[in-house]
Amino acid sequence: MTGAPAPKFAAAARVALADTRARRELRAAAAVFGRRRAAVPEPPDWEALRAAGHAIRDAALLGLDAHLERLERAVTQAGGTVHWAADAAQARRVVTALSRAAGADRVVLDDSLPVRELALDAALSRAGITTAGPPARGADPGGEAEDGGGAARVAVAGVDFMVAETGTLVFVEAGDEPRASGGEAETLVAVAGIETVVPEWRDMEVLLQLLPRSLTGERMTALVTCLTGVVPGDGPREVHLVLVDNGRTRVLEDEIGRDALRCIRCRACHHVCPVYERTGGAPYGPVHTGPIGAILTPQLRGVESAAAASLPYASTLCGACADVCPVRIDIPEVLVHLRGEVVESRRARPVPPPELVLMRGLAWTMGEPRRYEAALRRGTRWARLAARGGRIRRLPGLLGAWTDARDLPAPPAEPFRAWWARRRR
Amino acid sequence: MSARDEVLRRVRSALGDERKPPPPVPRGYARRSAEPRADVVALFTERVAEGGAAVRHVGADELATAVAAALWGREVKRIAVPADVPYGWLAELDGVRALADSPPLDAAALAAVDGVVTGCAAAIAPTGTVVLDGGRAQGRRALVLAAARHLCVVHADQITATVPEAVARLDPVRPLTWITGPRGARGLEVLVVED
Repeated sequence: MTGAPAPKFAAAARVALADTRARRELRAAAAVFGRRRAAVPEPPDWEALRAAGHAIRDAALLGLDAHLERLERAVTQAGGTVHWAADAAQARRVVTALSRAAGADRVVLDDSLPVRELALDAALSRAGITTAGPPARGADPGGEAEDGGGAARVAVAGVDFMVAETGTLVFVEAGDEPRASGGEAETLVAVAGIETVVPEWRDMEVLLQLLPRSLTGERMTALVTCLTGVVPGDGPREVHLVLVDNGRTRVLEDEIGRDALRCIRCRACHHVCPVYERTGGAPYGPVHTGPIGAILTPQLRGVESAAAASLPYASTLCGACADVCPVRIDIPEVLVHLRGEVVESRRARPVPPPELVLMRGLAWTMGEPRRYEAALRRGTRWARLAARGGRIRRLPGLLGAWTDARDLPAPPAEPFRAWWARRRR
Repeated sequence: MSARDEVLRRVRSALGDERKPPPPVPRGYARRSAEPRADVVALFTERVAEGGAAVRHVGADELATAVAAALWGREVKRIAVPADVPYGWLAELDGVRALADSPPLDAAALAAVDGVVTGCAAAIAPTGTVVLDGGRAQGRRALVLAAARHLCVVHADQITATVPEAVARLDPVRPLTWITGPRGARGLEVLVVED
């Protein structure tokens, strides 16, 4: 799965920004979400729910090993089977092997995040298994028989929450994205990131209020399914749960960065982000997008690649995402923390990056008042020459990268320090 | 090392040896409600209607007539019902064929019915949600989800005033289906029985 290195965010965003139709659609989508959310008044205990959601997700992460073991016991006791995958390749092998063992040549696959993250569609196709999306519920059921013999024997579905206490898998379906968790298939393969566990059943009383409002702006999503193991006579005869790490434990190592794993995948941060509203999802990479993607992807993949390292900079740090996050992830704080990581990881390189050279030069200049004042006078003169109409649109040379995405106000004719000195005379 | 041991080893190493216990969960949100029952039932009705589903209040003695009228109004000719649906609900049907899901109807039989009539395990007033758990008069999930129309009978005492009350009342070991509003072509109609 290697190819040309992925482009940096700014380069990929340029393509997206040129697509005016896509930008109009993104703006319209954000407006629809805003209207829907505004139509449903915020419940009076919303802040208390956010505080509880924050604490529940923290408790899940800080005791993750114990919760996963408890979950495994509960699922197994209820007649399900638990599989573990340290990385995406292992997860793909498990899902493919389970589909084959069930004798399926056709698998129903939903469009959930773990399914996309693991590229299960492509993996199953390579194994000679046909994949199909789940049927829209309420669609004419007669149409299904025409495309090859009714319901598929195997359904692969992404899990939204798993309850350690009871072994319950929770699937949250918005009206327009049907999940494969319905009762039709004989074998259900549920795929979950290990971080989606919550300690107790009663924690769902909080998350099932936070997620719907943040996901679709409604009081409750159209369909929520809670499934605990195998139920005789109802639904799949085999239930498999695949627990996937694939970089998550790496995120867990970082005490600040791990806050990103609280995410309940609602996309509320997307709808309020001024950067996402203009670029859309594509420049963030294939899986995690928007502000949450900008803090998750660099941690899951590491900041060594230029594409991942550019993501913490894909933000104006306006803070709208932190205000709207139902589990109170402080995305700007993590962004700044990750910018620090990116700088640190480049400090050790044999050829220092331009910013570092510039900053060292500035440190030398500002270390001595006379040097600083002389530089200020000279700099002001040059800067005023480069300005047009009070703004500098393009800086020369390497500094030009800074003015790629912003302009710079021209400095006043007389620097503050010169004015101060004159006034006191 | 198995994948299981490897993942658990990584989790433990990421969290380190000196773990702080997580702070307790502040549960200061609305868990119970002291609202009068009549207001809770009225809120449920309002929210179901807001969601676009038809909703009617009926007395227990009018239920059979109301079921028949609702089906007649939608020109429903064939329905599927859970095998243990109370006989009284269907006593007034005229010109509607009811197929009991026992033995389980196959996909072709389900595709041929116009709707399904069920009860529920709980309902949630502030969200206008009905929750089915496969218990009495509710049937299996495939029966409920496959039908193009769903007529759901809710007893007034099943309606909870908050989401936490419903979560406390429901048994997570049973298969739960939370249905809120009609979806696309799938119709939902609710009869609230005042006992």
